[in-house]
Amino acid sequence: MTHSPTAYETYEADFLRLARRGGEPAWLREIRAAAWDRFAEVGFPTETRGNEPWKYTNVGPIARSAFAYPDDGAADGVSPAQVKALAPWDDGWTTLVFVDGVYAPALSRISAGAARVRTISGAVAADGVAVSERLGRCASIEDGFTAVNTALMRDGAVVETQDDSGRDTPVHLVFMASGASPDRVSYPRTLALAGRNSRLTLVESYVGPPDARYFTNAVVEIAVSEGASVEHYRYMTESEKAFHVGATRVRLDAGASFASTSFATGSRIARNDLNVHIDGEGASCLLKGLYLTSGSQHLDNHINIDHAKPHCSSDQFFKGILSGRSRAVFSGRVLVRKDAQKTVARQSDKNLLLSEGARINTKPSLEIYADDIQATHGATAGAVAEDALFYMRSRGLDEDTARQLLVAGFAAEIIDSISLDALRERAALTVSSGHAATGAKSQQGRAIADV
Amino acid sequence: MLLEIRDLRVSVDGAEILKGVSLAVAPGQVHAIMGPNGSGKSTLANVIAGRPGYDVTGGDVVYDGESLLDMTPDERALAGVFLAFQYPVELPGVRNRQFLKSAMDARRERAGHDNLSAREFDKMYREAVREVEIGEELMKRGVNEGFSGGEKKRSEMLQLTLIDPRLALLDETDSGLDIDALRLVAGIVNRRRRPDNATVLVTHYQRILGHITPDYVHVLLDGKIAQSGGRELALKLEEKGYEWLKEGS
Repeated sequence: MTHSPTAYETYEADFLRLARRGGEPAWLREIRAAAWDRFAEVGFPTETRGNEPWKYTNVGPIARSAFAYPDDGAADGVSPAQVKALAPWDDGWTTLVFVDGVYAPALSRISAGAARVRTISGAVAADGVAVSERLGRCASIEDGFTAVNTALMRDGAVVETQDDSGRDTPVHLVFMASGASPDRVSYPRTLALAGRNSRLTLVESYVGPPDARYFTNAVVEIAVSEGASVEHYRYMTESEKAFHVGATRVRLDAGASFASTSFATGSRIARNDLNVHIDGEGASCLLKGLYLTSGSQHLDNHINIDHAKPHCSSDQFFKGILSGRSRAVFSGRVLVRKDAQKTVARQSDKNLLLSEGARINTKPSLEIYADDIQATHGATAGAVAEDALFYMRSRGLDEDTARQLLVAGFAAEIIDSISLDALRERAALTVSSGHAATGAKSQQGRAIADV
Repeated sequence: MLLEIRDLRVSVDGAEILKGVSLAVAPGQVHAIMGPNGSGKSTLANVIAGRPGYDVTGGDVVYDGESLLDMTPDERALAGVFLAFQYPVELPGVRNRQFLKSAMDARRERAGHDNLSAREFDKMYREAVREVEIGEELMKRGVNEGFSGGEKKRSEMLQLTLIDPRLALLDETDSGLDIDALRLVAGIVNRRRRPDNATVLVTHYQRILGHITPDYVHVLLDGKIAQSGGRELALKLEEKGYEWLKEGS
């Protein structure tokens, strides 16, 4: 048992309040009750021994805090300009905005497109049976965070593409913390279902105002049917005092493809927990990530790929930029089961350490039970190359500007591959301003033109 | 004098490489510094540019009336010193245009000029890319990223052309170049020759001096200038090799 009494009692009160409120179908109440039982049993994973998945990340500060469930009307004080200041925005996308976990229709924008996009609450009310069959299918409640999300989830989105629907308007889900009062928690929940041979572009943004202290506990389930392809982005720029635990659970059917890019910065403690279950022949996933940590932040990328079927491929390509006394973790595990012959699996994690105090724990790992596969993995960590700095300075760039260009260059490999303009530009801006904020004050910075 | 090196002594890891080098370069001149491998040629060029890792134990390097030795590499560059590297460094992901414009703007800022407009820069950039005959596709990569040895040297010449420094040091730029590239480098050096600037070629071979006529040739042997003279000195070296000077010293 690993919860502190105050925090646990707060969550329990939230759960009982939700249960009393009623209005939900029995199947959903059952899912919540089972998840609550699980959470009551396991709590948050704070054990320091024998707790391999959380070995490098101490979630004690999250477990000890009594976060408050947000009220209705959380979005009242939030303007569209505030949303656009924090999250990428494109008028051509369909964007649903959730403030402190509650859907904010006035801030959202629905564009024409083939994908059906609804809130979870709306979908449950209108189409309960279909949702009941899918919710929780990808995301097991084994883990305490997912359990408590499932027990207490308030809102989120259901995104569906019909079979054979082609390239479509991107769907963007913004989960924004208002910071209106301290220590709020939100439980965003997303269910994305790509029909057979369809295409879906899905963007999730997790953002909050600077200095706000809150906890985002998000769960995303993505099921990619036979022959479908999903292009997925996860943009996280939480406040520096925020806590973020995000579980993304993906299942791929035969011939499906899943290409995901995660961009992560901010948060005092953040966990990007991504599982891909490759459950059909000829499926592929390409997972990219760029993480930037500064100050005393802690960011944990925890990736599990389960190759259960033959002729599939998985690629992990992550990069980290660490400064201050921050710490990042990359744990990328690839499991290749006995039947998953002809698997191709690649893993790479490269880190740029900008300060002596920054630390990376990088652990790519392979667990292989099939005998006819190709697998590679590698990890690097290093400082900015001195010879590169001298080369740039010999051209008249001061040291800070030179570093800034090198950092942006390091990030470019991931950033430049983002196909959505608004997102790519926002991420590039976050990299340059984020680095400036870490103490590399630049006088020539303004001279760096985007040409 | 644009550059005056006075009895310069330099050590690396306690071993003395330059053992009292003196040299004066006046505006408008081209000098060639020749010498066998290990004679200290590259050390000299790198110390002038301010590369870390060298201990100056004596003497001075005076540029335009001021000692360079207390200046950072970027201050030296902004003052007008440029080193074309023997082994140019790859800068993955750093875009050529951004890098070059930043370098040019930094110098303009120092001189009190406004930054180049995107259009002004573009025009200069395209002309320079044509002049050094480097593929535009190649230039879309990061600076020197995945370039061949010859392409890197062209990239150095592109930077030299755009930055247009008062003092250019070419550290074995000619090594490993085919005849076309060699002519191109020579053309750039010859065209930049003006009464207000100077070029110092550091080279192992006489070959490039068939295309550039230096005002002075200096031979560096074992950390000292063994002999200075005009172009005829280079021809004599070609004929007799460095051994001849070693015997004479």
